[in-house]
Amino acid sequence: MNIQKIGFYGILLAITIAAPFLFPNYTTQLATLWLFIIVSMTWDMTGGQMGYNSLGNIFFYGTGMYVAAVIAIGLVYDVGEYTGASGGGRYDFTNEQYIIGFVLGSLGAGLFCAFSAFILGYVLFGLRGPYFAIGTLGTAIAAGELVSNWDWVGGGQGITLPVYGGDFDQTKLFIYFAFAITGVVLFIFLNWLYKTRFGAAMNAIRDDEEKAEAMGIHTMRYKLVAWAMSAFFIGVVGGISAFQLISFEPLESAYQTINLGIFMVVCVLLGGKGTLWGPIIGAIAFQVFKEVTWNYFLGWQWVALGALIVVTVVYFQDGLMGWLKHTKPEWFGLTVDEKESETRATSKAEAAAR
Amino acid sequence: MSIIDVSHVSKSYGGVKANTDVSIKVEKGGITGLIGPNGSGKTTLFNSIVGYHPIDSGSIKYEGKEISKMQVPEIARLGLLRTFQQTRIYGEMNCVENMLISLPHRKMSLLETLKKNTAEDRERAEHLLEFVGLFEKRHLRSGSLSFGQQKLLEFAMALMNEPTVLLLDEPTAGINPTLINGLIDRLKRANSEFGITLFIIEHNMRVIMNMADQIYCLAHGELLASGNAADIQNDQRVIDAYLGAH
Repeated sequence: MNIQKIGFYGILLAITIAAPFLFPNYTTQLATLWLFIIVSMTWDMTGGQMGYNSLGNIFFYGTGMYVAAVIAIGLVYDVGEYTGASGGGRYDFTNEQYIIGFVLGSLGAGLFCAFSAFILGYVLFGLRGPYFAIGTLGTAIAAGELVSNWDWVGGGQGITLPVYGGDFDQTKLFIYFAFAITGVVLFIFLNWLYKTRFGAAMNAIRDDEEKAEAMGIHTMRYKLVAWAMSAFFIGVVGGISAFQLISFEPLESAYQTINLGIFMVVCVLLGGKGTLWGPIIGAIAFQVFKEVTWNYFLGWQWVALGALIVVTVVYFQDGLMGWLKHTKPEWFGLTVDEKESETRATSKAEAAAR
Repeated sequence: MSIIDVSHVSKSYGGVKANTDVSIKVEKGGITGLIGPNGSGKTTLFNSIVGYHPIDSGSIKYEGKEISKMQVPEIARLGLLRTFQQTRIYGEMNCVENMLISLPHRKMSLLETLKKNTAEDRERAEHLLEFVGLFEKRHLRSGSLSFGQQKLLEFAMALMNEPTVLLLDEPTAGINPTLINGLIDRLKRANSEFGITLFIIEHNMRVIMNMADQIYCLAHGELLASGNAADIQNDQRVIDAYLGAH
């Protein structure tokens, strides 16, 4: 790593740490931004790097929420009794119990989701292309419906988690840093993973799975492990989100297929599939766009969002990073054959003329 | 000793009999050829061997082990590799990356795959690219190469994988005629220097007669003749099949 890189990452880290103190009124929004960055990066692991577009990764987010909540409550009380009282009874948590529940709950959620990815993947990875997308979407929707009929975890009403006994602003900061640390760990992890042989095998599966199989690459193994890694991180942030929201229910906040479940895909498409930075840039751009439209075009926000999705999918498929890669390949250390760039330019011109 | 032993294999697609009662032996360490007019079932036989589709009847043994019920990746991991008639490479990556992905994953544990490629891996990749004559193009996007160059790249990728047996589906098709002699030489060297058993489908008679120790000829899905180059060249049935006397 050279000095420029260290400086660059240092500045980013400083911004991450300073942001909630510089903009104390926006701590929750900044935490949500991290959530978007994390789910986008995890979505890109299978969608961008491996070519398996899942529309059901929200399953791990929702499941993570529930697992974290059940662990945090179960460590202190009987879960059935707690949810049965729906906040009516008196269930106190000491600060120590809260923090232990938070940490064990989030990590447990990650592990549980990684495990479920193995089992689900074994069935779903038999599907390819759009079938995989629909299969995963169906799984997420079914899970939401099942959980909303399961009284032990609060049924359709969901779960109300304990709140931290300390200062409210302190809790917000705590949640922000929980998200930020997860995000930084995920970034470092992916930055390393994509440079290994494992990362190369993921790309091989994306580019030509049949060829990869014919070359003896353990495609199923890589698909399962990659999805499990991605599910682990989504599970963890699902767990943190549960504590952030305090009260959540199955269909709108946990298994929110049409909101976060789709947003994470849009973020990645906007920023550029299959790149390390694409999902991050996309998530930031998307979050800014979303907050602006929600604040200034209230009533039209969904229309604006729909328009953004249509424009991205139709005209901007490679996203910001993909666009940069094509226009400035030398920034990425790519060499393009002179002749090829000419043919590309002419075919583009022809396509435009049509 | 035969390394691949195909005996009495039949395969039909609906009413079309692609292979009927075909028996073939590929000798270990040798070069075996498979010829036949278009549509005679050569590629079907290749696909049956590497597990792309189940066979209707018969048996296929690799090193004495029945493989006809196994899946493509399992068979590939035994060291039995094939190249495609229409080349299959990872078009968005450059040549060196294509080579590095082709490292023999069957010899690695999951933990080993979590390492980066070593300097030796890169050196070997570049060495093999030089072997097939693509060293100058190694940093170009492989999708931008010509069809013939892509074929050479695919061949180099197969060598990178250190196979025991390599099944080549028309290795010289689409290759510039002036380069064919060089390719024959490289195929022979892959066989003699790296000890890879070759099983080759080829339309170019000059190429196959020049290389193969043993040649099998298919026509209409059936085994028509077998023998060394001289036997095949003088076999009236083979000549008739190619000239359409059927």
